[in-house]
Amino acid sequence: MKKEITLKINGEEFTKEVEPRTLLVHFIREDIGMTGTHIGCDTSSCGACTILIDGKSAKSCTILAVQAAGKEITTVEGIATTEGVHPIQEGFKENHGLHCGFCTPGMMLRAIELLEKNPDPTEEEIRWGISGNLCRCTGYNNIVKSIIYAGAKLRGDELPSTEPVFVE
Amino acid sequence: MIQCKTSKEISGMGHSMKRKEDDRFIHGKGNYTDDVKLPGTLYMDIVRSPYAYAKIKNIDSSEALKIPGVLAVITGKDLEQYNLHWMPTLMSDTQMVLPVDTVMYQAQEVAAVIATEKYIARDAREAVRVEYEVMKPVVDPFKALDADAPILRTDKPDKKDNHIWHWEVGQKEETEKIFQEAEVTVKEQMHIPRIHVASIETCGCVASYDKVDNHLTMYMTTQAPHAIRTVFALVAGHVGLTEEKIRVISPDIGGGFGGKVPVYPGYVIAIAASFLIGKPVKWIEDRSENLQADSFARDYHITAELAGTKDGKILATRMKVLADHGYTDASANPSKFPTGMFSIGTGSYDYPNAFMEADAVYTNKPPGGVAYRCSFRVTEAVHAIERITDRFALEIGKDPAALRFQNFIKKEQFPYHSPTGWEYDSGDYEAGLKLAMKGIDYDNLRIEQAEKRKKGELMGIGLSTFTEIVGAGPSKDFDILGIKMFDSAEIRVHPTGKAIARFGTKSQGQGHETTYAQIIAEELGIPAKDIQIEEGDTDTAPYGLGTYASRSTPTAGAAAVMAARKLRDKAKKIAAYLLEVSEDDLEWEPGKFSVKGAPEKSKTIQEIVFASYTNHPQGMEAGFEATHYYDPPNLTFPSGAYICVVDIDSDTFEIKVRRFVAIDDAGHIINPMIAQGQVHGGLTQGIAPAMYEELIYDDDGNILNGTLMDYLVPTAVESPSWETGHTVTPSPHHPIGAKGIGESPTVGAPPAIANAIVDALKPYGITHLDIPITPYKIFKALKEKGVLDKNIVES
Repeated sequence: MKKEITLKINGEEFTKEVEPRTLLVHFIREDIGMTGTHIGCDTSSCGACTILIDGKSAKSCTILAVQAAGKEITTVEGIATTEGVHPIQEGFKENHGLHCGFCTPGMMLRAIELLEKNPDPTEEEIRWGISGNLCRCTGYNNIVKSIIYAGAKLRGDELPSTEPVFVE
Repeated sequence: MIQCKTSKEISGMGHSMKRKEDDRFIHGKGNYTDDVKLPGTLYMDIVRSPYAYAKIKNIDSSEALKIPGVLAVITGKDLEQYNLHWMPTLMSDTQMVLPVDTVMYQAQEVAAVIATEKYIARDAREAVRVEYEVMKPVVDPFKALDADAPILRTDKPDKKDNHIWHWEVGQKEETEKIFQEAEVTVKEQMHIPRIHVASIETCGCVASYDKVDNHLTMYMTTQAPHAIRTVFALVAGHVGLTEEKIRVISPDIGGGFGGKVPVYPGYVIAIAASFLIGKPVKWIEDRSENLQADSFARDYHITAELAGTKDGKILATRMKVLADHGYTDASANPSKFPTGMFSIGTGSYDYPNAFMEADAVYTNKPPGGVAYRCSFRVTEAVHAIERITDRFALEIGKDPAALRFQNFIKKEQFPYHSPTGWEYDSGDYEAGLKLAMKGIDYDNLRIEQAEKRKKGELMGIGLSTFTEIVGAGPSKDFDILGIKMFDSAEIRVHPTGKAIARFGTKSQGQGHETTYAQIIAEELGIPAKDIQIEEGDTDTAPYGLGTYASRSTPTAGAAAVMAARKLRDKAKKIAAYLLEVSEDDLEWEPGKFSVKGAPEKSKTIQEIVFASYTNHPQGMEAGFEATHYYDPPNLTFPSGAYICVVDIDSDTFEIKVRRFVAIDDAGHIINPMIAQGQVHGGLTQGIAPAMYEELIYDDDGNILNGTLMDYLVPTAVESPSWETGHTVTPSPHHPIGAKGIGESPTVGAPPAIANAIVDALKPYGITHLDIPITPYKIFKALKEKGVLDKNIVES
């Protein structure tokens, strides 16, 4: 028995019939057709499917689409504005915070909430803050750097250097 | 400091250019296999065996087929009608696509269901009833060769045991003699655990067969699209799918690390289903399926021995391997050696004699293996030599850094012929270790350690000074099904001076769209931003063998250079024609030819390209395109000097990597930012098996940690803040002196970490611990040594 739900994704309202068992991540990817939200596991361990629900980060594989009825959802497709990219997107590009790009959308959305709650986090706080999101390529150094950069940009502070630093 | 020959505008080699591919990824516009949507797509799900070794008595699909939307349940018997139930492996072994009568490991594919929707396919999977007759599996590789062990490969009529192959290399008698006479010998038994690449994107495909055109388009997660096309043609040519009828598209890949080199049964079943039904069939595996059934890496049991003098000279090494390959040897190994590049295991040290041997056995585990971010089997070799070298230093009471300096192959000894038959191209191992020691302040760390030891605190310092062997490879030693391991580049420059270049490799996060553009920019002076890079479509790209074993820069990168140089030669002819001078009167600077002594008389590369379409000399072929297939004359031998400092909590034995300095030498660097990013990532995939990752099986062959809940991929918290640097020793045979960087850190990091932990425990008589080294392993080892107060431990 399908159930009709209405929700907002990236500011646009959608009304759809879904099976009650449909996971939110499948709803976003298959029913809405936005494929920027990824699936990397089946145990809610990897965080590749992280989105924002009413501004709070959530793993969309742990939530049923019907539970999201009436909510406002933000996915990676919705974070840039008409003025340009979101500071977190700029941070990831400028600091080489991504390699294959598969974990990147979830990682960025998690970081957006992290920076909202804690606008000037320490490296330690960032590492704990993204510990629900796995990355297999980058070794996390530059993800941390990307989030520090985005924090500075959001605060309006001077931007840290994006040049790689080497032991010399 | 890296010197750049080109301006930032051109961004040739040495510029930390921001990545061209990032824009689509940060906007969620990457196009991965699961994002591919074709009209009328059907979904495939796979029924898997709950047992490690069992006879299939019956498969009852009737309930599954009653579910609305279920189109088919495919079994091994169905595939047998088309002779598609077995497929060849790259190691001339055979692997089941779907079993007809016997399952050989837990989570093996047993049947596939095809349905109109993903959720319906999953319902159907649960509704298929399979009756098994469970048999006692062979799990322990050491028992696989016992006289009473069941013979697993009963499909091979002549097979009388579970032995797959024996391999050996080196100076057996000389080495034996040295060991008999040496002042000092040391020996350790080590297991390099079975691990999994666990790229964040799992494997999958969309197989789309067009019945009218008899044409298959296969979107799939593959690191080697052309080689896969040829394999498919070899497997399915007899049912009409010949190579010109197959197009393999490898879209964006969410990490590979070797795990996306093999042909998994799921791909073949999806093709068969699409072939039979005539509609696109999508198969995307779950993470648990990925961890439990896709190719493992490592699983080498190594006895490592070293003979030397009392004052620290290494005289010989000996290594004996037992390799657990699971039920078939499906190694993604492009070399002619069954152990891949294991024979690099004499390391960075100069001694004339070594002997290595290996035996492989079948067990009831998933087949493999794959590299896990290294040249196949290098990591095992490096771990063994770096651990046994440290064991030797411990035995004679010498500082492990001093011992390494004493034994290093010297800079002037290159090209160096190793006792196992390799010709190391270049290296400066002393410079690397000196920089690493300076970077981490080695001498003061040793002083601090001595102070801490007096107080009973556990602090360890570990070194690893390794030699990698990458860039497979020269055609004399490397092939896939007979196809030599060259790679290719095709450059087309458009009339307006912008270009597209296509390659036989396939980036999975390495940044090829940027680095290949920088290589061409370096050679032609066309700005890298004006050069579009395309890979992964067998209909458009020149034939290549794919991306793994750090081979892209050594092979396809070199092909790009050679193709660009063909174009520069042509450009010179056109410039001479346009400027009305002889070619000898011209000189090149990035982006233009000018007349010697009259620099105001010049033609830019863009003007020359335009002329090649509009005003080319009589008798010259029009246009500005070139292709090159590059067969490397030798492998490249990157090296590294890594130093790790650990602090171990003396109550909980929690291990904290305090600092880790990695100095790599990969020759000339194309993009320092990207190269450093590769090192960071490789280091985290080095700490992973050193401290966290291992696929564990019980006596019945059940996997005990087959999900990401319990297979511990490091998070940002486990991963330390890496410190990296480099020395630059160019490869003499590579056209731009580059060597490859993406995998060195995965190879070099585990022994540095293991050596640091063992060093911390040195006062307590511990000489070796197998990776992954966990707090519990330390606790157990200390308890066995009688160090721990039993009452405290057991309370």
